Amino acid sequence: MSSSSSKAAFPLPSQVESAPGADGWQDMYPFFTRFRPEDDQRFWFYNSMHFPEPMPAFDVITAEVPYQAMGAFTTRVFALPTALGVDHRIINGRVYITANAVTDPKQIEKRLAIFQKRAGHYFANWNALYAQWEKRILALIAEVDAIQVPTLGEFEDAATVEQARGIAANHYVREAYHRTIESYSKMWQHHFEFLMLGYGAYLVFFQFCKKAFPEISDQTVARMVAGIEVLMFRPDDELRALARLAVELKVDDAFAGSGSPQSMLDAVAKKGEPGKRWLAALDKARDPWFNTCTGDGFYHHHRSWNDDLSVPFAALPRYITLLKQGQKLERPTEQLRIERARIIAEYRALLSADEERAAFDQMLGLCHLVFPYVENHKFYCEHWFTMRFYRKLREFGALLVEKGVLADVEDMFHLHHTEVDQALIEVMLSWAAGSPSVGADHWRPLIEKRKKILEQLKDWSAPPALGPMPETIEDPAVQMLWGITADTLKAWSKPPTPEDARVLRGFAASSGVVEGVARVLKTVNEIGQIREGEILVCPVTAPSWAPVFNKIKAAVSDIGGTMSHAAIVAREYGMPAVVGTGQATKRIRTGQRLRVDGDRGIVTILD
Amino acid sequence: MNASAAPLVRWFEHLALGDRPSVGGKGASLGELTQAGIPTPRGFVVTTAAFLTMLDEVDATGALRAAVAQQHPDDLEELASASAALRTRIEAATLPAALAAQIAAAYTELSGGDTTLPVAVRSSATSEDSAEASFAGLQDTHLWVRGGDAIDAALRACWGSLYSVESVSYRRRLGLAEDNVAMAVVIQKMVRSRASGVMFTRSPTTGDRSVIAIEGSWGLGSCIVSGEVTPDRFTVNKVTGEIRERTLSEKLLRHVPEESGGIRSEAVPADQQKVACISDVELRTLVDVARNIERHYGSPQDIEWAIADEEGSGARVYLLQSRPETVWAQRAQTPVATPRASAFDHVLAVLGGRKAGP
Repeated sequence: MSSSSSKAAFPLPSQVESAPGADGWQDMYPFFTRFRPEDDQRFWFYNSMHFPEPMPAFDVITAEVPYQAMGAFTTRVFALPTALGVDHRIINGRVYITANAVTDPKQIEKRLAIFQKRAGHYFANWNALYAQWEKRILALIAEVDAIQVPTLGEFEDAATVEQARGIAANHYVREAYHRTIESYSKMWQHHFEFLMLGYGAYLVFFQFCKKAFPEISDQTVARMVAGIEVLMFRPDDELRALARLAVELKVDDAFAGSGSPQSMLDAVAKKGEPGKRWLAALDKARDPWFNTCTGDGFYHHHRSWNDDLSVPFAALPRYITLLKQGQKLERPTEQLRIERARIIAEYRALLSADEERAAFDQMLGLCHLVFPYVENHKFYCEHWFTMRFYRKLREFGALLVEKGVLADVEDMFHLHHTEVDQALIEVMLSWAAGSPSVGADHWRPLIEKRKKILEQLKDWSAPPALGPMPETIEDPAVQMLWGITADTLKAWSKPPTPEDARVLRGFAASSGVVEGVARVLKTVNEIGQIREGEILVCPVTAPSWAPVFNKIKAAVSDIGGTMSHAAIVAREYGMPAVVGTGQATKRIRTGQRLRVDGDRGIVTILD
Repeated sequence: MNASAAPLVRWFEHLALGDRPSVGGKGASLGELTQAGIPTPRGFVVTTAAFLTMLDEVDATGALRAAVAQQHPDDLEELASASAALRTRIEAATLPAALAAQIAAAYTELSGGDTTLPVAVRSSATSEDSAEASFAGLQDTHLWVRGGDAIDAALRACWGSLYSVESVSYRRRLGLAEDNVAMAVVIQKMVRSRASGVMFTRSPTTGDRSVIAIEGSWGLGSCIVSGEVTPDRFTVNKVTGEIRERTLSEKLLRHVPEESGGIRSEAVPADQQKVACISDVELRTLVDVARNIERHYGSPQDIEWAIADEEGSGARVYLLQSRPETVWAQRAQTPVATPRASAFDHVLAVLGGRKAGP
């Protein structure tokens, strides 16, 4: 038990018991993710933004690797004066994190001197460095695509002998697998190369706005900073262009009705030359734009549009109908630009002095410099690269299936990446030894057990935080990435009153008030269930859900930070959205009537 | 200036802020709003010249005024008797014939011949520094005044209110010269308000200039000013139009016209008590009007408004008053940030873990 004097607003890690029927969940995860007794003294919060579901064993790589990279750049590379990295722990399949702060003034001073030089170098050369970054990440995507997963046939390829290579194919199984994992690690290193600096610039402007305009909403600050031409909008833009092309080429009736993507493709293929032209345009759009993920790439089952065309193809008929009704589908970028300029100019004019305006110009200018990276890295990293990474991994899964180790490719994701390594080693060995693989006996029962445990963990209600209540939350990363402030903590720790039972409070992400029927989706794979005019209730809204935004009346999410793209997309669709409610998916049931007040950030359950 | 040569009655449409010395702060502001095209009920001002003409008649030697000017703010008993001496004479005075005729003619023009058209009769004092030394709350306002005789009485009451104990002691405390004090009186068409209230073009609680705070309740605005109801509260972002706050309160009372003249308090029907007194569309109209007024004056304003349902034209928004916001305007402003040698220095200042200068 903790000796902390503060009233325990949240359970201590040591007080949390295993979810019923999920004993042994610990064995799915590496030792360093387990809570230790001394962790009771620290404040932890559930990172439900990135990890809204219990973690399959492989998928913990999406915590392990990013936290290595983020911490490296914060703690060691740029030496942020007051912030170190993040520790993560897993309990009942949920990822809890805590941010480490520097409080010793001497340490801060020392780090400040380093930070000043190193961050200064990046800010001073931002555009040139970002141009290099884009080249590097594109090269990395090409690299992961190019990795060859060897086939282990009866005999080695003759070329090995003819060219006297001196290395057999089984060696390359390991090498290829390691290169795949390494490329993922490199991607996350690149991801955090600029990110904390970008957030720092945003935080500075954000704090200025909050001081100058104490009542300004987070979304209004974001609107002044947000870019207009953002990569994350491209997949949806491409889809709209395909809808337009279908109408122009008069092949649009192929998308009438509610057939499968394949039946639609077959129907287009029968349209002769115009059909061919449309299919060619589709192929062109698919790479890279359909490498957009229906989630945000933190789970293996977050598939891309390329993997599953049903998401984009669900939107196509609707876009076609809108076009035929004479509606314009293009994002009104010019109008958005004018509106952003107007908002900036009006806030600027409301400042009290010219010197304040000069400071405002500097801070906003810095934001506009860094934001192309902040906004676009996500498509390159979490979407494009990550979708290619999972595709490559599945090739290893296929090898394990071929060798009889696994029953199904997807089963590989119930093994930690080091366990997959072991499974591959055994395949390499048995191929070399000429003996049958013994992997199936070992791995299959383990996988079956883990699948059952995960099922049990799904129903566990994770506390939003663990450990003693902190006095303040000042960490910029925590505020910017997870939207967690002192107010959030207060709201989490307050036991609900009877009136509260019908009301959920969050951030007003996009204005407007509507009533409608809830559709609660716990995972993005359920996206197909959404019906016209429903209110989407989900753990976190990812921008790639944009096509269904066209169908729904409003969006409500459990988690949402101030940088949330979902808010921007929702605003562009003129659709009310409340994000960061904490518990929407737990308290709302599909079919309930809701009122979503996007002006005030309030969701009311009407029945 | 020879007071008798100055006009005794002036219409809003001919007035601007610069006319404050002759029509008082309220009259000048209503003139300015009218000229700026802000929807304001029509009306005219009985000028300070008229007041001074009357005062010269009731206090020909100036002895009563001199007695008031000598009062000490702490000697309330003495101050009360000196003030009462002058006030009683003003309230009992007969209006000079020329003035009475001009007011009657203006009322006929305002009412289009309706001899009982309801008007508001409101004090509009002048002093050397009336923008700062606000007389708000110390001056008389008479609502739903009908017909010439009632207007005369209300006019004299307004004049007399300049010599109420509260007004005199307030002036004596501030040491304002009595020579520069005069009372103009606004006579304005009455709006049969369905709802009314006040709005500030900055946040009264945080001083934020990007929001407009609006309070409103059913019926005439006097109900809010007197504090008899807790009004509905709305906060709207000026720049984006977002409604940031919407607090509906239980509005039990409203002020409504007494048909014979004056106003009365009555219970709000049960089904309206918890309902918003203005629609979102009306809210947005109010915001537009508030922004226009603020833009016109170039500084945050404190505004009184009313909404009336009119036959044929539906709901209409009217502005009854606008004055500069004084509370936040008087606070010392230190800039939130000042420019630095490079934009990155701002990041250092925030992430650096120490205060790196202002």
